[in-house]
Parts: sequence; structure tokens; C-alpha cells
Amino acid sequence: MSEEKTPKTQSPPPEKQTPAWRQALGSLVVPILAIFTALVVSAVLILASDVKVLTAYSHFFQNPGGALAATGKAVADAYGALFLGAIGNPAEMARAIGTFFATGDTKPLIAAFWPLSESLVTSTPYIFAGLAVALGFKCNLFNIGAEGQLYIGALASVWIGYNVTGLPAIIHMPLAFLGGALAAALWGALPGYLRARTGAHEVINTMMMNYIAFRLADWLVNGPMKRGGAAGYIPITPSVLPSAEIPTFFPSPLRFHAGFFIALGIAVLVYLFLWKTTLGFEIRTVGANLRAARYGGINVGRNMVLALALSGALAGMAGANEVLAVNHNVAGAFSPGYGWDSIALALLGKSHPLGVVLASLLFGTLRNGATKMQSLADIPIDIIVIVQAMVIMFIAAPPIIRWLYRLKAEGGLETFLGQGWGK
Amino acid sequence: MAAIAATYAQASVLRRQRLVGIFFVLVGLAILLALGRGTQAGQLSTLGLNTVRSAQLLKLPDIVLPTQVVAFVLGSVVVLIGLWQFIRGFRSTGLWIGVVSGCFVSAFLVWAARGTSFSLIGILTASLQLATPILFGALSGILCERAGVVNIAIEGMMLMSAFTSVIVANATGSIWLGLLAALLSGLLLAAWHAVLSIQFKVNQIVSGTVINIFATGLTNFLNQRVLQVYQDLNREQTFPVISHFFPKLGQLPIVGPLLFDQGPFVWTALILLIVVNVALFQTRWGLRARAVGEHPRAADTLGINVYRVRYVNVMLGGLLAALGGAYFTLGSVGRFDKLMTGGRGFIALAAMIFGNWTPVGAFASSLIFGFADALQVKLQILINQVSIPSEFLLMLPYIVTMVVLAGVVGQATPPAEDGIPYEKQ
Repeated sequence: MSEEKTPKTQSPPPEKQTPAWRQALGSLVVPILAIFTALVVSAVLILASDVKVLTAYSHFFQNPGGALAATGKAVADAYGALFLGAIGNPAEMARAIGTFFATGDTKPLIAAFWPLSESLVTSTPYIFAGLAVALGFKCNLFNIGAEGQLYIGALASVWIGYNVTGLPAIIHMPLAFLGGALAAALWGALPGYLRARTGAHEVINTMMMNYIAFRLADWLVNGPMKRGGAAGYIPITPSVLPSAEIPTFFPSPLRFHAGFFIALGIAVLVYLFLWKTTLGFEIRTVGANLRAARYGGINVGRNMVLALALSGALAGMAGANEVLAVNHNVAGAFSPGYGWDSIALALLGKSHPLGVVLASLLFGTLRNGATKMQSLADIPIDIIVIVQAMVIMFIAAPPIIRWLYRLKAEGGLETFLGQGWGK
Repeated sequence: MAAIAATYAQASVLRRQRLVGIFFVLVGLAILLALGRGTQAGQLSTLGLNTVRSAQLLKLPDIVLPTQVVAFVLGSVVVLIGLWQFIRGFRSTGLWIGVVSGCFVSAFLVWAARGTSFSLIGILTASLQLATPILFGALSGILCERAGVVNIAIEGMMLMSAFTSVIVANATGSIWLGLLAALLSGLLLAAWHAVLSIQFKVNQIVSGTVINIFATGLTNFLNQRVLQVYQDLNREQTFPVISHFFPKLGQLPIVGPLLFDQGPFVWTALILLIVVNVALFQTRWGLRARAVGEHPRAADTLGINVYRVRYVNVMLGGLLAALGGAYFTLGSVGRFDKLMTGGRGFIALAAMIFGNWTPVGAFASSLIFGFADALQVKLQILINQVSIPSEFLLMLPYIVTMVVLAGVVGQATPPAEDGIPYEKQ
């Protein structure tokens, strides 16, 4: 039943004679306003849960200036700490560069650029996971299972990382990385197969497989893959061998690593795959119009399985990246929710690899800055999660943003439209 | 064409009948070989029917069973059922799936309790308690989806209302106001979901995801920023159990602990189960709601206000989910913990699908999931007896859902227009 509905709502946007650069700029308006509005909403939340601000407002009529000052201070403290944690202190950076050239001392340099390095480190798994969800969206499949696939990828690559010995780094590292991707690809392909074969909706199945993956990880980390010896009572796997580690570029506290460039490379590959290959074209056709794809002789089922398998592989790479470059082991719940966040990234990036990379950089920076905000301004890091919910909502319902800012409607379809549980 | 289609349909029915038959036989063999042969001949299993409380009107004798005999008998029965299913086929497959799983679970319990004793009444009571929030959530899902709105936001609604119930109950000192606040927050989130998915025609799964993410973020944020600082706001507040008011009822054998040592949430869930079932299938209101879920255009032509029906059902669903959330705090633990609903909202969704979008079916599957949950806790006590890691039992509800959804043991058929925004012409 639902299939008959989709063509109507998914007709291609009408051809307009707008220059490409204006279109590109125009498509940025809603995302930027969405992020801005989300930050404003979060600021209101920070204020409403701040005792000093609330007391200041209870004396608003005696001392309105004090209330406004308290408001300003709370917001400035919070977002100031966010900026410091995310990018760093520009003055300090300049001074550190000066010191480096004057004396050759790298310590201030490392300290000054540490926040920026951490932001890029946090952005890296986001790029992989965001691409995963985006690739699913291109086939009109909603992969909510990125978080579980990420765990599967991490477990597989940590296993290869510590269990396979005697390989040179040039083989061991890619092997562990791709092993994680492959395991997660198989994990992701199952919901795709079930969707193609029985019509069972991938949203339910990927969600169920998330929880199965978490329990599996619990069991493996507490049992068969648990580290022996003195640490035997902590649920943690052994560390991967140095030959499996993704190399870092700078001295120790700076964790910026080659995974970031692997992620960018993968983003380019995803772009080329989707827009320059026949398989990619088929996947996008199935996503755009299932019935047309079927009439055109495209094997719809095979493309669904392929799309979800590739989506799983990308999410698995996020896990492999974290294991091989950052943590070097898998402990109980090691992911702060990269997989869940990736839904927001794919929507914010409009399912385009470039958009996803930009969105990932933004959210990686935000999340990293939020850590600093937590320690400096005592604002829980979960504020970032609220920002995400808001961003998803505004992106998925552009009319809200347009109404808020009195924008004119742009042509075409801005969000993908899914279907019900049925076939 | 029609004849060919009919032949195909017949063939697939036959194939499924055979498949289910083989599956039954395998289950029977598993009981016989894994459970029956794994025990020594003389071992006894004791299943307790009494609670630990001292005052009880009538003390029942414990059930003492020879472990191996039980396993052999139940295993043989299941194999016979499987053979019959393979050869002739039962008319109601669902019923026999229930019987077979019942046999398997009984055999497993008796096996787990070999050489020791095991409180049967304890696990049944715990199952009913653990099934309660799942039932609330499943009923919430049924109300929404029967009217054509997919609601994966049950988890978020539960979490949010669990949070507000505790904070308001402690701030005002009234547990009833806490409950009211829980209902209000559920209603608010449901209204949000309704506006996004009905008004703005946002993809309903995206809209539900927004609410889940938002509820996770907001409760974690406020938990750390408010509850951790003002710990007085997170003191234990629970509704008393029924037997607190009627001590004699609690002393009845079996039903005493099972039904009267429970708080009002369990009873509310059971009553609402009946109410929702009657309302959906016996009233004009229910007929209209279902029509909107199956064929909104036809319903619209007949003068039913599709949007209003959907709004009302989603909001009612929000209230039900809120009751499920309040159960976690006011009905069970009493305090709020970070992410305390732990995916129960998604299990509720699974129970709804497993129960084929009917309240009674959802109740049965809630009980199964509740039982699996309770079993998992109890088995940790019997850790020496059972070598299955509890993580695998915890996976079971999710795996069962996937199997059901894939149509291996019966096709799940959602309302036809579930999840599709309605555009008035």
C-alpha cells in the first residue's frame, strides 16, 4: 500500500534556473538556523536550571540589571567554556607559536593545540557513523543500528588486534580495521536481508540488533575476551598490539591520528560510489522511487541488502577507529553514543558525504567542548544531546524554522519520507 | 492468475506448517537430549509455592518433581505435537506455539532447580511486575498505531515521566501530584510527537527519534544538574501494595503474593488492558480509530476527522506510556536513576508487534518478556546450576521479536496505513 504513496511524495524537485552557488548557499540556511536555534534553546535550559540566575530573576523588579547580568554571565560562562574546550584559546595559541620559534619549546604548543586535536579525534568516529546512516538514507532505509554495529566492529577489530601476532604494521593495522568493518557489515546485512526477503521493517530489526550487540559485548568483555592477569576483575579486553594501532602524528598528549584522514578518504569513496558507479546509482534509485526501480529492472532486494551492509561496514569502521587509534581496547560501554548521534549528523548533512563531514566536525567540536563546559561551568555534557534532538527536529520539519524566521519556502523535498512497518 | 496465486499461497502455507513442525520437533529433542540426559536419574526438583512471609492463611506443600522424568515427559509431548503439526497441521498455530514454549520453559525451570529448590511463586510475581511497564508501553503503541501513527517514542515518554514523577512527588510531598506530573509530561511529549508527525508530516520514525533523544538528554542533564545537587528531590516515594490495606488478602495462597502484594500500577495495567480492548473492538470510537489506521481516505469520506482521531489516540498513548514510566519510580524503585527505563520502551514495541497489534496478544507477550526478565535475575542465584550466561537470556526478547517479524512463526500484520502521514485533499 505504502509503495503507491511514495512516488507522489518523492517526485524530483522542479527544475529551476538558479545558479549552483546560490542553491548551495540556500541549502545551508536551514541547517545553520537549526543549529543556532538549538543553541538558543539550550541556553534557555542552562539558565532555567541555574540557581544563581533564578534567584536573580526573583528580584527582577528590584534589580533588573542584576538579573540580566546574571543571565549574560551564565550564558557567557557556558558557551565561553564550550569554545575554549572545543577550539582552544587563540591568544594562548599565538603565544605558544611565538615561544616555539623563539626557544623551540613544544610544551606550550602541545597544551595550546590540545583542545583542537581532541575535537578532531572526536569528529573522526562521527564521520564514519554519520556516513553509515547517510548511506542508508540514500536507499530510503533507516539504520538505527549504527551504535550496535559500532560495537561489533570494535569487538572484531580488537580481537584481530590482540590475537593475531607476528604481522608487520602495514598488514596488521588494515587487517584489524577491515575486519571490524566486515563483521559489522555482516551484522548490518541481516536486517537488510530480512527487509528484502520478508518485508520486516529495518527500523525495528536494527534497533533489536542494537540491544543484542550490547549484550553480546557485555558477555564477551566479561567472559571470553576479558583481559587476564592482575586486571582480571575489570571487564576490559586486552590491548591491541602496537602493530595494529593507527599511528598518531604528534607527541603523547595530542591524540590526533591518521584515522581522521582515513575517514575523509572514506567519505570521498562513499561520494564516488554513490554518484559515479552503477551500483550507487541503483541504490539511489531504489531510495528515490522503489517502484520505478523495480520497473526499471533493478534488483531491489539485493540493493537493500548491499546498502545496509555498507552502512554497517561504515559504522563498524567507527568502532574499529576508536579501538585502533584511541582506546586500544574495548571496555564495557566505551562509546558515548556515536552511533545514536549519527542520525542527527546524517540528517544535518542532508545525507551528502560533504555535508556529513561538516556536520561531524561541528558535532565533534561541540561534544569535545561540552566536556570542558562540564568541568569549567558545571554544565552536564548531555546538553549536547538536547542540541542534537533540536537539530534533528528542525531539519526534519523545516516549516518550523521557516515560520520562526519568516523565510520563504524553497522548492523540492527536504527530508526523506519513510514508510510504515508494512511492506 | 488467481488460481496460480492461490496455489502459491497454499504451497507457502504448507511450507510454513512443515517449518513450524520441524521447529517443534527440534525443541522437543532439545528438551529430551539437553535437559533430560544432562541430569542424574534420582534427582528431585523442588518448586516453592509459598512466600517467605510468616503469616499465611494456608501453607501449600512445595511441588517436588523427579527432574529427569519431567524432562522426558515434556520432551516427548513436544515431539508428538511437532510431528502432528508436520503431518496434519493445527488450525491455530499460535496456540500451539504457546503450548510448546510453555512446555520448554517448565522443563527448563525444573531442570534449573535440579537437586535444589526454587520459588515458583516468586518468579511469577516478579514476572507480572516486570511485565507491567511493558504492557503499558505496548498498549500505548497499539492506540497510536491502530490510528496509523507509528510511535517509537514510548521509551522517551517513559523516561521523561519517570523523571518528572519523582521530582514533583518530592517537591510537593504528594505522590499523587507526582503521578499527575508524570501523566502531564507524557501528554506533552505525545502532543509534540503528534504535532510533528500529523501537522508537519515529519517522518514518524524521525519524530519519535527526536523525542527519544530529547528525553534521554534532558533527563540526564537535569539528573546531574538538579537531582545530584538537591538529593532531597530524589527520595524514595512509592505507592503501597494492596495487601498493605487488606492484610488478609495478601495471606491467601498463590493469589495473595501474585495479585495482592502488588501496587496499584499492576492492577491499573490489567484494567486498562480490558478497557483498551473493549474500546478498540466493541465501540464506535474504536471502529473509527481503526478505520483511520487502515484506510484514512475512506474514513475521511465518511465524515471522520482523521487528524482529530490521530491526535486523540497519540495523546492517549502518551498517557499510557507515562503510566509505564511512573511505574519505574512510584510503583517500583521509588527513585530516579539515569536511563532507568533501559530499553523497556522498545521491548514494549516488540510486545506490540509480537501480539499482532492486539491488546490481549500484547499482554501475553508482555508476560513472556517479563518472565524472561525475571528468569534472568533468578538464574543468577542458580548460577551453579545453569551454565547459560544471563546476557543471552537478556537477548531473547529481541531475537524473538526479529523471528516473529520475519514471519517465521506467524506473520505480523500492522495496520495498513501505519506510519504514513495523511494528506487531506
